[in-house]
Amino acid sequence: MSNSVIIGQYVPGHSPIHRLDPRMKIAIIFIFVIVIFLANNWVSYSILTAFALLSTISTRIAPSFILKGLKPVWFLIIFTFILHLVVTKEGDVLISVLNFDIYSGAIWKGLEISLRFFLLILMTSLLTLTTTPISITDAIESLFHPLNKIRFPVHELALMMSISLRFIPTLMQETDKISKAQASRGVDFRTGPIKERIKAVVPLLVPLFVSAFKRAEELAMAMEARGYNGGEGRTKFRELKLKKADLFVLIFFILVLIGFWISRS
Amino acid sequence: MEPRHYIEFQDVSFQYPNSEDWALKGVSFHIKPNEWVAIIGHNGSGKSTIAKLMNGLLSPQQGTIHVQELPINQETIWDVRKKVGMVFQNPDNQFVGTTVIDDVAFGLENHGIPREDMQKRISYSLKAVNMEEYVNHEPHNLSGGQKQRVAIASVLAVEPELIILDEATAMLDPKGRNSIMNTVHQVRQDRDVSVVTITHDLNEVLFADRVIVMNEGNVWFEGTPREVFQKHDELQAIGLDTPFVTQLSRHLNKLGISLHKEPLTHKDLMDELWTLHSTR
Repeated sequence: MSNSVIIGQYVPGHSPIHRLDPRMKIAIIFIFVIVIFLANNWVSYSILTAFALLSTISTRIAPSFILKGLKPVWFLIIFTFILHLVVTKEGDVLISVLNFDIYSGAIWKGLEISLRFFLLILMTSLLTLTTTPISITDAIESLFHPLNKIRFPVHELALMMSISLRFIPTLMQETDKISKAQASRGVDFRTGPIKERIKAVVPLLVPLFVSAFKRAEELAMAMEARGYNGGEGRTKFRELKLKKADLFVLIFFILVLIGFWISRS
Repeated sequence: MEPRHYIEFQDVSFQYPNSEDWALKGVSFHIKPNEWVAIIGHNGSGKSTIAKLMNGLLSPQQGTIHVQELPINQETIWDVRKKVGMVFQNPDNQFVGTTVIDDVAFGLENHGIPREDMQKRISYSLKAVNMEEYVNHEPHNLSGGQKQRVAIASVLAVEPELIILDEATAMLDPKGRNSIMNTVHQVRQDRDVSVVTITHDLNEVLFADRVIVMNEGNVWFEGTPREVFQKHDELQAIGLDTPFVTQLSRHLNKLGISLHKEPLTHKDLMDELWTLHSTR
């Protein structure tokens, strides 16, 4: 597993953001992501940036850790910036390099899109950094609960998510074991032309799938033996309760949104 | 009045779909309340099928199975599963929760136990298997033996009357095996519960009150562990190996050193050996 990618990685902690109700976090981030696209001048961008930075600081996770973790995304951000620099042709020509004009509008546009992109990634990664996957699952089950009325299988979906999460490390270990076993039988995963290397993955995937299906079958039987009979009549051990702190954060966020709306031109 | 038989099999036959052979051929036996019964047999003898029949994971084509004088059918199946807990062979493939506490809670949630009771039952049952320090651990950070202990805790939390260990120690190292057997022992001291261990490891049989030996879908023999091990040669003929202690005492016997009584455990054997001279 690569440790440099932090998207989807949980960092244990006790910061106010960690303790926030996961439903609240998801809702706020969802609204935030939409609102980013409505910003249209530097004041409104500053408000959103300030909010994002305040959230980042409140997680009490070292900013250097977060920035380092976003490394793979930096490339995308810079790429979008350059793309806009080349494509956009608005405003005055600032510099001309080798017959190629760079416009002032292009710089603005590029900065704007890059900033949007950055804020978007930052906020969503804050969610996964401060919330355990299982809390996210619980939150999704709770937020989607009304969809039960139209017979959307909310409980089954949530259970599926949590079981997948639980089996990721198990299957990772298994992949590792199988790849070692196959390597010892002479399968070469690392060298040779791409075509050969893709072929080498087949003896890895086939046993992995076979064992995954076997696991699924046994798990289903174990679940049945333990009385699992669908979502009906089930009680829930984990309970999400809105606390005072959650309401404060919500009010604060609404104030930010109002400020943002007024500042828009 | 407490029923005389906790579980009763009457002339039960079972055949797996797509299979010509009968896995069980008219099997009858019973298990008393609070009894520890070991069911042994080599692969394909039908012992695991019995386990799955006991809590309705499979249903027999012929014969009836009663749990507390209640026949197992579609209406009673969920009540039966509440009373009959089951621990399977593979430690990983029965761990449903993302953490230890979630896994124990899973069974309780299924049976609709109110939230307020859950915490109490979870901490009680984790304590019973000595896993209370691992409440928030994830399964991939636990050893096989620890996972099986969590599985036992998950079963205990539902407060069953019978626990089936379906080759629950087969995938564990000797240390893990011992810890599971000791755990079950301890649990039985604290509460009234019947235990059925299904195994091909004859060392586990020593703990049992009674042993049922299965061979080719039939009950081949029923008796105490001591009685079973006396049938040494016949056991080997149906593919079962007797424990080291029994084998040693048989070899001693052949050499003309007859022990006072057939030893079953290492301690028995040692006591027999060091008192050999004085009791002669």
